[in-house]
Amino acid sequence: MKEFVLIFRNKDGKHDDPTPDMLQERMNWLAGIAARNRLANAGNSLSADSAKTVRPDNIVTDGPFTEIKEFINGYVIVLAMDIDEAVEMAKANPLLKAGGTVEVREVIVRKKQ
Amino acid sequence: MTAKPASPHELLPHLFRLEYARMTAVLCRQFGLKHIETAEDIVSETFLKATETWPVNGIPDNPAAWLYTVASNKTKDYLKRLTIFESKVRGVVEKEETQPAEMFEFNNRVIADSQLAMIFAVCNPANSPEAQICLALQILCSFSIEEIADAFLSKKETIKKRLLRARANLREDNFQIRVLEESAIQFRLDTVLRTLYLLFNEGYFSKSGNHLIRKDLCSEAMRLALLLTEHPLTNTTEANALLALMCYQGSRLDAREDQEGQTILFEQQDKSRWSQELITRGNYYLVNACTGQAASKYHLEAGIAYWHTTPTDEGKWQHILQLYNELILVEYSPATALNRTFAYARVYGYEQGIKEAEQLQLEALSDYHALMGYLYATVDTGKAILHYDKAVSLTKSVSEKKTLQREVTRLREQTQ
Repeated sequence: MKEFVLIFRNKDGKHDDPTPDMLQERMNWLAGIAARNRLANAGNSLSADSAKTVRPDNIVTDGPFTEIKEFINGYVIVLAMDIDEAVEMAKANPLLKAGGTVEVREVIVRKKQ
Repeated sequence: MTAKPASPHELLPHLFRLEYARMTAVLCRQFGLKHIETAEDIVSETFLKATETWPVNGIPDNPAAWLYTVASNKTKDYLKRLTIFESKVRGVVEKEETQPAEMFEFNNRVIADSQLAMIFAVCNPANSPEAQICLALQILCSFSIEEIADAFLSKKETIKKRLLRARANLREDNFQIRVLEESAIQFRLDTVLRTLYLLFNEGYFSKSGNHLIRKDLCSEAMRLALLLTEHPLTNTTEANALLALMCYQGSRLDAREDQEGQTILFEQQDKSRWSQELITRGNYYLVNACTGQAASKYHLEAGIAYWHTTPTDEGKWQHILQLYNELILVEYSPATALNRTFAYARVYGYEQGIKEAEQLQLEALSDYHALMGYLYATVDTGKAILHYDKAVSLTKSVSEKKTLQREVTRLREQTQ
């Protein structure tokens, strides 16, 4: 079993303001993965307000918004046999219905020296 | 007041169950864990004396006080002999951990503290959870090896071996049983809660057909959890949540079994047979449990058990699903996964529930097929029967086989 990080991005950089129904749907999705014993890490939601980007030459800007329109609003780590299975899990995520995207990235296991 | 039992033969087994563990705990605290066998010998001798004298002289007015006095005297004699042996025979007075005999007495405070200390001594992380439960049953609840074997559906020899190893670890443990230290208690509290939780579940979900032993396991677990809530050092929100959970589950103990010992499914239970007294006490401890920020798995499970005591309305299964969602994120277990799926099916419909269940990869479990049988019953009777048959072939429990078989018969009659 391999670990895959699912990275959630919102559409349009709008602040995510989920309704109780949306929250319930997201929780159902997450718990559904946990019920298969395939959740490696429940991850975190990432704040849109308390966000800065640090650039070279001591430049600090507010948020990640200036250059990309959609921003990362959270991640979880799942267990899957291969990337196709991880993609199937991502496809069921309710964020897609709201126009968001889910990026699937395999975690590279460092080889022991 | 209840009428006094007529003969010592009726009174003794009851007193034995109640007082053996208490007296052993008090004496063990006196002698230290290394000498637990000495403590047990003195208690056994005390009961032997009772069986010899009571039939002849009659039952004393206060049987428990009689037992305490005899045990105290035997302990003093033992300590006296020990001192003589150490000083006169061996010529040395070793620094023993045993306390001078004068300081020794049985009273409610000492009994409660000793039992609490003993719970923490028994729940030694060096022992496996199964071994801790066996040890708890033997030392804290005065169960015989036969009764423990019956509760676990194991052979007596297996239990004996498990207990021998566990007792060796107990004797070698450096746990300070004399003084309850806050740090030691904090360190072991999680283990203690888990062992009591498992002890209760062993009784509640046990495959053993012996209804009396199962009820005993539940009430013993509740008695020990109650001890935790009565001591300031252990009266945590988790302990209260655990006791609330036990009260709610315990309230249904009588209603979930028919006269032949067959399981009655939750929805078919006669709700007037639920113990309102235990539900009220469950509410009390759940309120106590919710005074802090902590939401342990006991909080979540007590919350689910609370909702089960309420009548079905529109929001009920939403709440239960929500709690199961949180529970499965705290800790995965196949049972939680299956129960969550049941709640999911109640909220989103059985067909959605079936889809959710198919993802679980629990086809090896009887409970999975029992759930699928239940969900398919209104959707596709043929598939429901297939799943129930599979569940029957997988379960080892005789009463469960009967319960499932009954459903198969009911569905077959429906299709004809």
